[in-house]
Amino acid sequence: MHASDLQRPDPLIRIEHLTKQFGDFTAVDNVSIGIEKGELFALLGGSGCGKTTLLRMLAGFETPSAGRIFIDGKDVTNSPPYERPVNMMFQSYALFPHMSVEKNVAYGLKHENMTDAQRRDRVREMLDLVQLTPLAGRKPHQISGGQRQRVALARALAKQPKVLLLDEPLAALDKKLREHTQFEIANIQYKTGITFVVVTHDQEEAMTLASRIAVMDKGIVRQIGSATDVYEYPNSRFVAGFIGSITMFEGVVTESNKTHTLVEAPQTGGIIRARADQRLSPNQKVTIAVRPEKIALSRERPENEANVLSGIVQDLGYFGKDSLYRVKLPSGLVLSVNSVNSRRAGENERIAQWEDQVWLSFDPSSVILLTE
Amino acid sequence: MASGSAHFRLKQWFHRTGWRSTIIATPYVWLLAFFFLPFLIVLVMSLATQADVSPPFAFGAEWPYVTFDNIARLFEDSLYIRAYLISISNAAITTVICLIIGYPMALCLTRVGKTWRNIFLMLVILPFWTSFLLRVYAWIGLMGTNSWFNKGLTFLYNTLVPSGSTLTSIPMMNSNFAVILVMVYCYLPFMVLPLYANLERLDFTLNEASMDLGSRPWRVFLDITLPLSIPGIIAGGLLVFIPASGEFVIPSLVGDASDPMIGRVIGDEFTAARDWPMASTVAVALLILLVLPTMAYTHFDSKAQAAREPNP
Repeated sequence: MHASDLQRPDPLIRIEHLTKQFGDFTAVDNVSIGIEKGELFALLGGSGCGKTTLLRMLAGFETPSAGRIFIDGKDVTNSPPYERPVNMMFQSYALFPHMSVEKNVAYGLKHENMTDAQRRDRVREMLDLVQLTPLAGRKPHQISGGQRQRVALARALAKQPKVLLLDEPLAALDKKLREHTQFEIANIQYKTGITFVVVTHDQEEAMTLASRIAVMDKGIVRQIGSATDVYEYPNSRFVAGFIGSITMFEGVVTESNKTHTLVEAPQTGGIIRARADQRLSPNQKVTIAVRPEKIALSRERPENEANVLSGIVQDLGYFGKDSLYRVKLPSGLVLSVNSVNSRRAGENERIAQWEDQVWLSFDPSSVILLTE
Repeated sequence: MASGSAHFRLKQWFHRTGWRSTIIATPYVWLLAFFFLPFLIVLVMSLATQADVSPPFAFGAEWPYVTFDNIARLFEDSLYIRAYLISISNAAITTVICLIIGYPMALCLTRVGKTWRNIFLMLVILPFWTSFLLRVYAWIGLMGTNSWFNKGLTFLYNTLVPSGSTLTSIPMMNSNFAVILVMVYCYLPFMVLPLYANLERLDFTLNEASMDLGSRPWRVFLDITLPLSIPGIIAGGLLVFIPASGEFVIPSLVGDASDPMIGRVIGDEFTAARDWPMASTVAVALLILLVLPTMAYTHFDSKAQAAREPNP
């Protein structure tokens, strides 16, 4: 995967075998990524996975222990932050408290080779872009958190960098504002055409914002792909478990050919049929993974389905638009099933209640087989 | 719930038995007894005349009982004006030198690791564990013509400054130079500590943001660190300037007796001249000279602070 990613022709940002160690701790471990011009790329992972360290190395605040960073063909591995065509939006926004909104936005332009009039125009343009023109004279402590976030964005964009780095851009906002700002950021990225690299721990944020996502864990990039790739086609147990919810259980391949793969899964008491996405050899141990929304739940035994299981409803959660059932098989394995409440129904009219015997079925194409 | 009501009952008891008022009143009583009353005595004394009684002052026998002659003398006798000017200028020079030496020290304290920070902070505070007088006497020894310090400086002077005659020693004692040197030494911690407290609270990501937006390190300092540390500079400056301008011990021990600072004038008036009313007048004038700018600063600072509060 790393190798194939490096082979993309002339990415704007080329990260080659980048490693960062703090004493004995390896924060970033041999990471190679190519990011295209105009992409909105997300680094996704839990806390301590190395995503922020990677971003800080791109900005120039940390010096890599090994590896190289190229931006627009130029080796910037050892360049100081003030010489990189990169700007950053900090998680805490880091607005200068003693300067007005306007001065904050204009700050980076001081060193640019432009006339005062051009500078003023650019600041106006940036304030218009984030709709803060009426607040130009205010100090950062006189505006709301959401407005501060937009000032930080305008300030980072003012220099028209080749790359904008965003460190947890939405983490400090409340849920309503977050959803709104998410689209605003994507919209601004589209308007300006600047390459965005976003660090986030929030998978929904990564999936709605980014054109591609790098899933990181313990300093290693586990998978790079679109939101669909990492959700529907995870390449490892880690990625499958990290993105969304999923039920995983063990199995052994009994048959694998061009049309299908059969896996014996003792916990289901039978054979699971999967699509032949990848070549597997008989007797190979695999992990079978199924997403809750891919499983259908019914009172009667469904006909003409490849994978049919039966169990008892152990737990039930009602979320309005959908319900979550946790169904326990005779072996003790518990499967999560998500079912959309497409019909209006009272509590007593549900498909199933606690302790009810139900049937589960899912298509071979929904079965994910993981070897890593 | 139970603990809440217990807390409430404790609070009620606290109010009823008067503990709350006692605790609030204590510092005010202290200030009244040990600052305001003595100050009032000094103020009244400054309006009396010298007399051969004990205590050595007396008031007029008839209305208005008081005299303003002392205040007039303050402006007539050039000795006082000169002493005030020397005090203010010595204190100002001391403050500026303390700032120039202390700022990099304080900044360095915030940039080193925790272990080194504690060691350096310890080193800054350590001199306080020796008697103040002892430290001044140590400087008298160092500045004397036969000390290694003086000899070393003389050697440096003779090698670095080419001139016809070579010096055998540098006359440092009993000069304004000595006063400023020792004052800088003694007051440096009062500059470093408030500055450190201020600089330590600054958010380092602001420096990173400035650098990210194209500023080189020196520019980052001028744009971000320096303006945000002005409250610390003012606090440290006041802590050095105010005691330095009234300093009595250091000019008495190492200073030039013919060109005294105001602290020494007050002391001499009280003891040698036995002119308590004049000494009181000089002291009151010094207090006014120092307190007014401080009050003005506090006033404007609290206004600025109010402006910094987020608007509702």
